[in-house]
Amino acid sequence: MEIVLVGLNHRTAPVEVRERVSFSEEQAQRAAEELRARGILEETLVLSTCNRSEVYGVPPESSHECAPGLSSFLSEFHSVRHEVLSVSLYHHYDREAVRHLFQVAAGLDSMLLGEAEILGQVREAYRFAHEHGATGPVLNRLFQGALEVGKRVRTETELGTRPMSAAAAGVKLAERIFGKLSERKALVLGAGEMSEQVLSHLRDRGIAQLQVMNRSREKAEELAKQFGGKVVGWGEWDSALQTPDVVVGSVSAEEPVLRRDIVERAMAARGNRALFLMDLGVPRNIDAKVAELYNVYVYNTDDLTEIVQQNRNARESEIPHAQGIVEEHVSKFLSWQASVELVGLVDALRTKLREERATFIRSRMEPMKHLSETDRAQVEKLMDEMLEKVLLEPAQRLRGEKELRRKIQNVEALRDLFLLNREKP
Amino acid sequence: MNHVFPVLTALAYLLSFGLYVRFLAAGNKFTGRVGTVLLGVGLIAHYFALLERSRGLHTVPYHDLYGSMSLFGWLLALTYLGLELYHRQRSVGAFVLPFILVFFLAAHLAPADRLSPPAVHGVVFAFHVTLSILAYAAFALSFVLSIIFLGEERLLRNHKLGEVVWRLPPLELLDQMSRSSVLVGLISIAVGTALGYVSVDRLPGQNSFYDPKYIITLLVLALYALYFRLAGTAAWRGARASKLCIFNFVIVVLSFTVVNLYLSHSHRYF
Repeated sequence: MEIVLVGLNHRTAPVEVRERVSFSEEQAQRAAEELRARGILEETLVLSTCNRSEVYGVPPESSHECAPGLSSFLSEFHSVRHEVLSVSLYHHYDREAVRHLFQVAAGLDSMLLGEAEILGQVREAYRFAHEHGATGPVLNRLFQGALEVGKRVRTETELGTRPMSAAAAGVKLAERIFGKLSERKALVLGAGEMSEQVLSHLRDRGIAQLQVMNRSREKAEELAKQFGGKVVGWGEWDSALQTPDVVVGSVSAEEPVLRRDIVERAMAARGNRALFLMDLGVPRNIDAKVAELYNVYVYNTDDLTEIVQQNRNARESEIPHAQGIVEEHVSKFLSWQASVELVGLVDALRTKLREERATFIRSRMEPMKHLSETDRAQVEKLMDEMLEKVLLEPAQRLRGEKELRRKIQNVEALRDLFLLNREKP
Repeated sequence: MNHVFPVLTALAYLLSFGLYVRFLAAGNKFTGRVGTVLLGVGLIAHYFALLERSRGLHTVPYHDLYGSMSLFGWLLALTYLGLELYHRQRSVGAFVLPFILVFFLAAHLAPADRLSPPAVHGVVFAFHVTLSILAYAAFALSFVLSIIFLGEERLLRNHKLGEVVWRLPPLELLDQMSRSSVLVGLISIAVGTALGYVSVDRLPGQNSFYDPKYIITLLVLALYALYFRLAGTAAWRGARASKLCIFNFVIVVLSFTVVNLYLSHSHRYF
């Protein structure tokens, strides 16, 4: 009952390789079926995201033995030359494979440390494989554990809570002022890539109304349509600044487009209701003196970049905590795995001893013709009782004592000791 | 006197404070929840400590300054817990618990001399005092929330976002919490004052209606009503309203200390 993992990710493979080795849902299903049909794996799960493609499995024999076959399969399945693929692939077995998956689910192995999406992707991959019957008891337990790790890391650490881009940091800051944005309005100046990013974050945070203002009305309309917003005519400051709570500046301009007198007039018209200005333009779109006004909060690109840097450091400082959770669950999983294997070993031992007992009785009772059928049956019964007694206590202790299971590291060695591997089909 | 409940209260408040601080520093939700539970435990133990003290001294909690302080601490904790549950926001607990602890410890570490039994004033009087202290507790809470608001607002304006700013409530929510607290205080002080007048009216003999306490209470009522009105307007919402709230609380402290102890004839503790 070993676990094998073969895969590649953003650290080991360039995007050209990653995109060739990625799996669609249909491909994931087909790969899982083929791997089982060819006898390479008994249980299979394919995890494929934009940054990683990984195949988790339980091989019928030793995991180390099946890894080359799995690599060749991937190469053949995606029609990528083995020499090209092999340099990017990593192989993990048992404890390392378990640890790797738990780290992935925790967001510790992501390109953007602590990102939340990966947990959803792991959950989806597991659901898909489970629904198609590709997983079994081992992978079910493994992936349920991974989902638990991901959830715990997200609730017990701050690994994924801090925004990691200037646009996201700006939106998060707006929430520090207004709370939930679901009843707030935003105005975005500019229709470029940065505006699009901010609009996307604002929409994700459930902003009530979006307005776009741009010199080119056409572009503004296109962007507004994409995000379900409205277009405001360029330069109509008095009307445009009356309603929004958040204003984002992201236009190319030599001089600030939002001067102090414009904002001062707007604040008077809006009864000094709080206004959050996010200036993402370089050169700046908002006059620095605007920050002096009552209830006006101004953040420019440098301020936001500094926040992102602080957040990055804060996330990194949470790694040991998250790693601790991962290790706790790795031990838990390995303990479960050992218990299942040991119980299996005891069952196998019992079967073997019964067979031995039958042979033994046949050979040794042959000369004892004087024994009646009842006596023979009695002797057999006594031997059965003794075997049960010998096996019963260790079996119960294995079920009950976690520490004992942890101590017995190598179940295979015990199998070899009792010559149980020869009986395997 | 049995010390089980005072010790249990102090321990629960202290642990709750520690957990609220940890919650603020590390953001662990579970820690915050346990902090709330311990605050609830502290509240129950504090209630029994008050009850025991009153029984032991054969008096009501508000008969002396120490008892009033303990009752104030209990009502502050109760108001805060209500506010925390209503607004689902526990990150200000770390700032409120020290006040609760100080009032509780100051009251219960003080020498508990046997006091003369209080004159029997009746239920109306008891409600008058309890509601007035509840109002002071609610105003104290709004004071703490206003201080947090101004601190957070300054950090946000100066772009000095430490770890804590990300865990404090949004400014808008702090403003709402402060207004909720003032509303509790306003209702309590209005009803409490009205009951006080009724109680005085029922007392035999001549009673002066020109006690400075009456004037300052009406001033407090007017100032908080003004705050409540202005804090709802766009022009005042935010830092200005918070500053007014802090100013109002200074008057409350004046009313609770100087006026009660030195100027009032019927509200002093000696």
